[in-house]
Amino acid sequence: MKAKHQRLTLAVLALVALVGAGLLATFALRDQANYFYTPSDIVEKKPVAGKAIRLGGMVEEGSIRHEEDGVTVNFIVHDGTAKQAVMYTGITPDLFVEGSGVVADGKLTSDGMFVADNLLAKHDENYIPRELEGIDMTGNMTKTDTLVE
Amino acid sequence: MNRWLLWVPLVLFGIFFAVVAAGLIRPKDNIIESKMVGKPIPEFSLPAAIEQRPALATTDLATGKPQLLNIFASWCVPCIAEAPQLLELERAGVQINGIASRDTPADIANFLNRWGNPYVRIGTDVRSIVQLELGSSGVPETFVIDGKGVIVHQHIGDIRKEDVPELLEILEKAG
Amino acid sequence: MIAETGLIALWLAASMALLQFALCAIGLAKGQDELFKAIRPVAIAQGVLVAISFLVLVWLFVRSDMSVKLVVANSVAIKPMLYKISGAWGNHEGSMLLWIAIMGVAGACIGIFERNLKAKTLVATLGAQAFISIGFYAYLLIASNPFERIFPVPADGQGLNPLLQDVGLALHPPTLYIGYVGLSIAFSFAVGAMITRDVGPEFAKAMRPWVLGAWVFLTLGITAGSYWAYYELGWGGWWFWDPVENASLMPWLAATALLHSVTVLATRDGLRAWTLMLAVVAFSMSMIGTFLVRSGVLTSVHAFAVDPERGSFILALLAIYIGGAMALFALRVGSVKEGSQFEPISREGALVANNLLLSAILGIVFIGTLYPLFVEGMSDEMISVGAPYFNLATGPIALILVAIMAAGPLLRWRRDSAKALLNRISIPVFLTAAALFALVLFTTSMSVLPLIGMALAAGIAVASFAPLWKRNLRRTPMHTYGMIIAHFGIAVALVGMASETSFTEEKLVAAKPGDEIMVNDWKIKFHAIEPVAGPNWTALEARVTAQYGDEAIHEIAPQNRMFASAQMQTSEAALLTRWNGQLYVVLGDSDEQGRWQLRIWWKPFVTLIWYGGVLIALGGLLAMIGRLRRAGRQKKQRAYAEAMI
Repeated sequence: MKAKHQRLTLAVLALVALVGAGLLATFALRDQANYFYTPSDIVEKKPVAGKAIRLGGMVEEGSIRHEEDGVTVNFIVHDGTAKQAVMYTGITPDLFVEGSGVVADGKLTSDGMFVADNLLAKHDENYIPRELEGIDMTGNMTKTDTLVE
Repeated sequence: MNRWLLWVPLVLFGIFFAVVAAGLIRPKDNIIESKMVGKPIPEFSLPAAIEQRPALATTDLATGKPQLLNIFASWCVPCIAEAPQLLELERAGVQINGIASRDTPADIANFLNRWGNPYVRIGTDVRSIVQLELGSSGVPETFVIDGKGVIVHQHIGDIRKEDVPELLEILEKAG
Repeated sequence: MIAETGLIALWLAASMALLQFALCAIGLAKGQDELFKAIRPVAIAQGVLVAISFLVLVWLFVRSDMSVKLVVANSVAIKPMLYKISGAWGNHEGSMLLWIAIMGVAGACIGIFERNLKAKTLVATLGAQAFISIGFYAYLLIASNPFERIFPVPADGQGLNPLLQDVGLALHPPTLYIGYVGLSIAFSFAVGAMITRDVGPEFAKAMRPWVLGAWVFLTLGITAGSYWAYYELGWGGWWFWDPVENASLMPWLAATALLHSVTVLATRDGLRAWTLMLAVVAFSMSMIGTFLVRSGVLTSVHAFAVDPERGSFILALLAIYIGGAMALFALRVGSVKEGSQFEPISREGALVANNLLLSAILGIVFIGTLYPLFVEGMSDEMISVGAPYFNLATGPIALILVAIMAAGPLLRWRRDSAKALLNRISIPVFLTAAALFALVLFTTSMSVLPLIGMALAAGIAVASFAPLWKRNLRRTPMHTYGMIIAHFGIAVALVGMASETSFTEEKLVAAKPGDEIMVNDWKIKFHAIEPVAGPNWTALEARVTAQYGDEAIHEIAPQNRMFASAQMQTSEAALLTRWNGQLYVVLGDSDEQGRWQLRIWWKPFVTLIWYGGVLIALGGLLAMIGRLRRAGRQKKQRAYAEAMI
């Protein structure tokens, strides 16, 4: 009887751990998952300022402006219908040019500026999120079909 | 009494399988169709990519006859895969215009020497600006353009053998 | 002709796998023992043949044989030799061939070395191993033949992703693959044992060295991969929670749990069903991880021809193997008797806690990795799940886990008292409290998780050596030393992680030649930009000198590289390592005023992360050798005793 008892306890414990992990995961996901927005999404859905989101679109022609400090860059991301001003401090990725696609991780400030912590436009497919699929055009077979796991 | 617990792993795996299988079937939806289908070609004018072929501009694409516009690059492996199909289309009398994306003249010439040159005109789009204006998201892609310069169809990815009849049919309808 | 030789060897290996499976199936069904004897040589032949096939592919890459399609797509003639060789597995087909080659060789190793398992279970194990292999052979031969020719023969190849031209990355995939595929042995063992219902200490002892071996390679692979991402990507981070990284972490978590539960099974004959499940899950995670990355379900795959056939093929294989094993588990495990009992406070209890927490972390990583796919399936929203989620959800559990890790080895098997434990662990607890107090008092910028992590690490570092307390150091078995070193390695890595997270200093400047930048105690001077050239790339290189306090001046040279064949740029970070940390410098773009962006990090004790990883792997290695030696000794003793009678 005891053996059965212990076995059941273990099984239930395992299930509790599993469900607990699932709950913790759902809770954290609700808080921490970055939703992907295009500039028109931002106009439509108006995400809360300060919440981490991901912005994707094209860098508008002629919009890249370097600040005096040499490390901050301002530019406008558009998707054909809406525009979003972005500020980023850091080294821009190689592919970052006017007219190119870009995905930025960051937050909206209360005055509507998107402050990016990270720009993704790197050539390596493993670090290009899927959303960029439609925008990036640098992949080829030798790059895409590689092994980095 | 706890027999059913033993099936939990299998059930969980079943859920995983369903999600992934759905994801595997879906990728087609994630390929971004150009919003330009049904609209006229945007204004552009690209310099010639190689000496042997003339440059390419919007006006060359509204000649009253349906044509293909193929975006390719010498660094792109699927472009090699579709080269025979493009040549086949050329033999079928289709006018094919090329846009070389992010490429150099030497590489393009090399590529065309090796894999054949089905193009009547080739423009070079060094920063893929025109490509983006066309709403193209990758290389290779092929657009079918009708006689008035309106995009009627977009083919994403390399043209396979089985795609050739379909493209010919669309070209015919566009004419 | 060489390519054809490889293909023939591959076909022959596949037929050997079929034969191996048939021998097992018929032998088990009819109970014919003479068939069993044939299975070892067949397994060995399969291993040799598939190894030949793989070596042929490597040879084709070394010779830059441009008549082979795969070589054309992934190599250029002017590439350095090492990258020519690594080009063989730096692509889809080649990596699948590497996978199956390792699997075949592993099967051969079972055939040659495994002497502890009962004959019937061994046959079932080799049969299961062959069954898995058959699917991958079919996949290679039907859907992605690596030896396919190309006609007309091109003059030169297309090149290899420049990011892959790196020593670490050339060796990284094989290391990980040995780990992944090594777990297939545990999987086959579990399937074999479920078929014969022969689960017990003997079985666990036979399986343990294989699990340890695979785990050592996985640990090394993950450590190396983390270091690669750190210095090659130029982002200064050491773990990005990218799907590719998670794909390697998930099997490791499962294997770590398995490693501990198999010990309970071997020593105390407990956790039978659970151990079998973990063995199934561990290899399942290897396959799922590889599948997720390779099939393009989780990463971008637009520009090269997406081949849904390939993805579906692997998915079908996964369904058969994993689904089959789990169904077998559900059907058979009910009739596997459960082993011995234990109290909650005991060594077993701690190991169960370890297993549950590791499984919970595994679940969280798994959910987070697949969640974007799930959301996209349910709605049109696109999301990404990044570091904030993973850190928040796994961090606290991981800290509880390492705290239990400190206590576990100090507990007795079967039954112990909380009081006795507290007695034994008082010094580490005191150290942790003292460290916590000191850190709160003397540092300002630490957030909660790194703070607790750092404090715990102090206690664990000491506690990990506690099993040696009052023991004869020379008579302590080697596997105990292995455990001590591995646990100590966790503490070391933990200090590195906490320190990097809390104390990193970063500066981003636009510098003119001649400018000086201070970061922490470093005086960094930017002198000039010069062009340099390598075998297949050109680069802009910054001449930078760095001086720590009054010490000697070092020259470093971060680069922006441009690769000739693939038209892409990479940043080559310059690193300067001291005993107490690393200076990390990345060169960015220039502006109109002739200034160059420099991004500089000083990362105190960051290297401990990877030293810790190496220690963990070393501990696993020692444990494996110790176990193997002990098994060998016991066998000799038994033989001797029998001879005496």
